[in-house]
Amino acid sequence: MATNAFIYDAIRTPRSKGKLDGTLNEVKPVDLASGVLKQLQRRVDFDPALVGDVILGCADPLRSQGGAIGKTAAMNAGWPDSVSGMQLDRYCGSGLEAVNIGAMKVIAGVEDLVIGGGVESMSQEPIGSGGSAWVSDPAISIKTHYLPQGIGADLIATLDGYSRADVDAFALQSQQRAATAQREAYFKSVVPVLDMHGRVILDKDDFIKPASSMEILGALKPSFAQMGEMGFDSIALNRYTQVEKINHVHTPGNSSGIVDGASAVLIGSEAIGKELGMKPRGRIVAMANVSTEPMIMLTGPAPAAMKALAKAGLTISDIDLFEINEAFASVVMRFMKDTGAPADKVNVNGGAIAFGHPLGATGGMLVGTVLDELERRGGRYGLCSLCIGAGMGIATIIERI
Amino acid sequence: MTTNSGFKYELDSDGIAVVTMDMPGQSVNTMNDAYCDYMDESLAQIKADLGQLKGIVIASAKKTFFAGGDINKIMQDKKEQAWERAFELNMRLKRQLNELESIGVPVVAAINGAAMGGGFEICLACHYRIAIDDRNVAVGLPEVSLGLLPAAGGVVRSVRLLGIQNAFPLLIEGKRFSAPEAQKAGLIHELATDAADMMQRAKAWIVANPTAQQPWFDKKYKIPGGEAYTPSNAMMLAGAPAMLHQKTRSLLPAPAAILSVMAESSRVGYQAAMMIESRYFSELLRSPESTSLISTMYFQMNEIAAGASRPQHIDKKKVAKVGVLGAGMMGRGIAYSSALSGMDVVLKDISIENAEKGKDYSRKLLDKQLARGKKTQDQVDQILARIQPSERNEDLSDCDLIIEAVFEDLTLKHKLTKEIEPFLKPACIWGSNTSTLPITLLADAFSDPSRFIGVHFFSPVDKMPLVEVICGEKTGESALAFIYDYVQQIRKSPIVVNDGRGFYTSRVFGCFCDEGLHLLSEGVNPAMIENIAKGAGMPVGPLSVLDEVEIELMRKVGVTNLELDKQQGEDFHAVHSQLQDMSVRMCELGRSGRVSGKGFYDYFEDGSKSLWAGLADMFGGNTEMPVDDIRDRIMFRQVVETLGCIDRGVLMSSRDANIGSLFGWGFPTHTGGAYHFIEWFGGDDAFETRAAELTAKYGSRFALPAPLSEIKAKLN
Repeated sequence: MATNAFIYDAIRTPRSKGKLDGTLNEVKPVDLASGVLKQLQRRVDFDPALVGDVILGCADPLRSQGGAIGKTAAMNAGWPDSVSGMQLDRYCGSGLEAVNIGAMKVIAGVEDLVIGGGVESMSQEPIGSGGSAWVSDPAISIKTHYLPQGIGADLIATLDGYSRADVDAFALQSQQRAATAQREAYFKSVVPVLDMHGRVILDKDDFIKPASSMEILGALKPSFAQMGEMGFDSIALNRYTQVEKINHVHTPGNSSGIVDGASAVLIGSEAIGKELGMKPRGRIVAMANVSTEPMIMLTGPAPAAMKALAKAGLTISDIDLFEINEAFASVVMRFMKDTGAPADKVNVNGGAIAFGHPLGATGGMLVGTVLDELERRGGRYGLCSLCIGAGMGIATIIERI
Repeated sequence: MTTNSGFKYELDSDGIAVVTMDMPGQSVNTMNDAYCDYMDESLAQIKADLGQLKGIVIASAKKTFFAGGDINKIMQDKKEQAWERAFELNMRLKRQLNELESIGVPVVAAINGAAMGGGFEICLACHYRIAIDDRNVAVGLPEVSLGLLPAAGGVVRSVRLLGIQNAFPLLIEGKRFSAPEAQKAGLIHELATDAADMMQRAKAWIVANPTAQQPWFDKKYKIPGGEAYTPSNAMMLAGAPAMLHQKTRSLLPAPAAILSVMAESSRVGYQAAMMIESRYFSELLRSPESTSLISTMYFQMNEIAAGASRPQHIDKKKVAKVGVLGAGMMGRGIAYSSALSGMDVVLKDISIENAEKGKDYSRKLLDKQLARGKKTQDQVDQILARIQPSERNEDLSDCDLIIEAVFEDLTLKHKLTKEIEPFLKPACIWGSNTSTLPITLLADAFSDPSRFIGVHFFSPVDKMPLVEVICGEKTGESALAFIYDYVQQIRKSPIVVNDGRGFYTSRVFGCFCDEGLHLLSEGVNPAMIENIAKGAGMPVGPLSVLDEVEIELMRKVGVTNLELDKQQGEDFHAVHSQLQDMSVRMCELGRSGRVSGKGFYDYFEDGSKSLWAGLADMFGGNTEMPVDDIRDRIMFRQVVETLGCIDRGVLMSSRDANIGSLFGWGFPTHTGGAYHFIEWFGGDDAFETRAAELTAKYGSRFALPAPLSEIKAKLN
């Protein structure tokens, strides 16, 4: 029997607007990352010298986020020289991939204790600033019929017939669920971001818009109509010939917000938990990663979830809670349509439309979010999934212990 | 000192060498093997004199500076698939220009006339560029229009000189710059008044700049705007392919390759950049699209300009005065185009009021040009003064040519012909503008059918560059020659076809629409029909175009055709059966086209449109059909019909078939036209095989009228 990968804790910073006027703009990415490492130590008593690797996802790993930031964060947190660290980039799936790779290291017996998570300061290193051959190298983008992800999100809505009102209603529900969860203090895994003297910079998510309404959402302008008109729509219709025209329904209100944040999941073997007297919160049951048609780009979560379920010998109905990253409303709606996952089990405490989506950090955040709610409800299985650039998808099934 | 045979080398007393390009046996300088030899000799002479040399001026003894690549040579390499030979030549060209720009003394280009393509690439390899401020001087890199890229360093040097973003008009659009425009764009440095002034300035610059070098050879040099991944460039390059797609539907590889070289060359060393440029060039050289563009847009357009379909033994004539009958949509456009080209025009309608209204159209167009500064008030007045609105037949008495452009009604046209003819000069040529009515039949009403000819204009006349000239059975050669000259005089391209129902362009365009309606009636999703037609390169889908030309017009044409069929004992209506049936059906439903706001689409006040939902009730729209089949049905239908026109003797040359299709109804450029399509598709066998498949699956519309070899044998 292979070694199990247990989750001893899964924490995340609150998320705040990822622009120059966001609360976390003053916190450099390496401090966000070492902040969650130090908070882990505070919550779970373990000797960081036992940590074999700090694996952090980051979608724009350059400049202040560059250079194997997992290692820099470990050093900055004051962890011993013996702790390795790395950074990985699987676009929006980076954080969950970091968790999965950490789990694989434990399952394979390579490491006993690792950190998986992610960090993204979108206010300091704006989205796309790392550059991409897929996006900006004409030979590649032309060959692969590159489309910006928002066009893909609108294409999903068009193909599935989600109207502007449908996606806005989904967004409003995300806001309302998030507001309730925050008000009722459901989130046990959110840790404060502190300054060097221990003063609190931010201790709860401040991107949520509890006062949102259909009127407010309905007044927002479509984000991708102009881009579509420039030529991307016609590239899309060259492949999706059955579509007369793309209905540009996504706006800043029903798409994930641009925010700063970090996450860290402490993953270890059963043996090390016993040795250190740590109580596991969960177990990683199965992991999967898929890739689908890259132009529409965002339909990966359903096949990723189905692949993970098959590996685990489970079905959709076995899952108590789903955390499907709300990159765009249509992504989650498509996931529910494809898998039959019921709306009352999906993103029950809101998602990235309300909280924001700090690209490389989000995957690690979903793990804590689903554990918080499984614990509150006494549920057993949770499934986290994200859509990823170029058509990929990632999923992780977690069992509460 | 030796003198080589193509480039003259003269060293003056100031130590400045002037290399004058004057390639023997050709009226212009071009880039070919001979050029390379001359350049090598010149470089050898320069190197021999280096000790005493202060600088070099590169000049031309031709009217133009340099015409560019040798296109015959390029086509020969393509035909023989001599890819390595072409690559070697390209390497040699690059080595020479690189040697020139690194030779150690200042080099100045003295641009006395057009320096296009390879010619301007030579200029870019010079350290300083002076041009005469003259209307005949122009610079540019038009390679993109032939499906190629400027591979003698043209992309690399212009990106280093201007930056990626500023090099777009030059490289991607293939824009031609006048001398002042080129100076403004940073492509040339200085303007001169004449050749002597230019030479003086060139020498003065050399004396003043003894250490001149290419700016990008300075280690501190930064490309304006930076390399491809600087944030503003990366963002622009992320959007540029979409904008290109909007224009080319990603069917033309050259703009994409040029864009790639622009981006990739910006972040590597100079020699690496040059290699990237050559490798992409080598790729474009192999593309069927460059064959298409060179064959039709270059060679066949040149043939048409040279009058290949015009009787050669008849001298060119100038049309001084033209009478246009009917001041409607077509007549007013014809009057405008004629007056614009310097002809006197009598614009005649049944009342002077109507005729004046027709002239107002010219006024409006000219006022727009005046407002945009494209014409002066004087010019506008002169052009307008040439148009004489009239209601009197007597005013036509000194016209060299009549263009009759009244309604498509045989009886009306006959009546008018008989009424007007007695007022005309005895030698006057009669041209009838029609897209439907047989010319031979129309000519019955004219006393001398040898002077009667069809001139099919396209709407809007002032914008459409093509005229389909139709010879009736008895049309004489001098009438054809005269009309040909007229069409060229109004700066449009004539194609020449023989009489036959629907002639060429209307007949094949009708088949495009007809096939779209076949697909629709078979239950194919209308959005797919439209998108796949556009994806294949048609400017708009068949349903859109029918709404644009008005379904009602198509219905009327159908009625006329049925009457003609009865009268002539023909069954032409069967060729466009779906088109005829469906236009009747749509008009009965009150859906007559865009003007009424209802056709295959619904049109809304905000200018948007969407496919009419009723189409789903009528035809379903869920039929599964492979995308390849839908696309090939739309395209093959047109090509097979074109072959039919050749087979029946309506078309006599492939150039008329190709150019007529490209400019008549927007057949996709990358294919080279409705005849060249066969070669683009993969050749005779591939085409015949696919046509046979479509015939077996979808009906005899796709059957070739005869084996391809037999049809081809009928071409001139």
